[in-house]
Amino acid sequence: MHELAVTESILAITLKHTPPGQRVTAINVVIGQLSSIVDDSVQFYWDIASADTAAAGARLNFRRLPAELLCLSCGARFGLGMPAEDGFACPGCKSEVVKVVQGEEFYVEDIEVEG
Amino acid sequence: MTTIPIIEKILSANDRLAAENRAALDAARVFAINVIASPGAGKTSLIEQTLKALAGKLRIGVIDGDLATSIDADRAAAAGASQAVQINTGGDCHLDAVMVQQALPQLKLDDLDLLIIENVGNLVCPASFALGTHKTVLVASIPEGDDKPYKYPATYRGVEALVINKIDLLPYVPFRMEYFRQGVETLNPGLAAFPLSCRTGEGMPAWLDWLAGQRRK
Repeated sequence: MHELAVTESILAITLKHTPPGQRVTAINVVIGQLSSIVDDSVQFYWDIASADTAAAGARLNFRRLPAELLCLSCGARFGLGMPAEDGFACPGCKSEVVKVVQGEEFYVEDIEVEG
Repeated sequence: MTTIPIIEKILSANDRLAAENRAALDAARVFAINVIASPGAGKTSLIEQTLKALAGKLRIGVIDGDLATSIDADRAAAAGASQAVQINTGGDCHLDAVMVQQALPQLKLDDLDLLIIENVGNLVCPASFALGTHKTVLVASIPEGDDKPYKYPATYRGVEALVINKIDLLPYVPFRMEYFRQGVETLNPGLAAFPLSCRTGEGMPAWLDWLAGQRRK
């Protein structure tokens, strides 16, 4: 159900930025690994939601950004296994003082239009 | 073909409505919390025990999100809520700012000090939808297991307080508190955490003090 609201929001943002008389051919969406959205479902709703709009038939491209942790002890950046069976400790120095620096993104990056 | 750069957060419409809700709550000087958890973690029990402890001191309203029933709002009213409103989401897996905006006029906000919003039982979706509350409180529970911060990182990142319920079951359930707390600390450094048992009352005073203290801020 969540994905329907997301799809409608992507459509609203797209149409707001589409110049009059132009048609949208592609929408580029960035999804961080931590933002729990299933892109298949969004694609499924998209075809229904966008019908009869300037974005009908547009291609939805999802760019997935992996979650990334920064070790505050040694400065290493490393990925996040999901789920992390060994916890979130730094693979290099084993420090547990780490923080999330990437993975929560969820936005429309740009759209492609033609006249 | 032309590319139009946008960079716009996809849930920005919800965020705008949440900001309106916040403004309405602030205007009435009501402190509001959004309580999220998986089904069975003890959201309703925590709210019941909180109401029983604070009902004489604070005027507390409850908005209850549920797929279809009014069981939770009934329990809240019985436990001493001065006002209780049920939102049936009709199958939706989370509350959003629109639903809360529609529920707020059913409450007399000027007659409340504290508003508790009980979200739908779900550890995934509610984390993405701001409601306009001042704080989001996550209720975890011992029987769910100690790996939940690792499996639901987005949820653990987006909250301002963590209740760890059912600590009376610690002798019976394998639960590595250190492993659990390390995951929480990485995702949400310094998060206020309250291990407690709604059943025995152990640990409740610290939670109640925090809640009352937040309201005064």
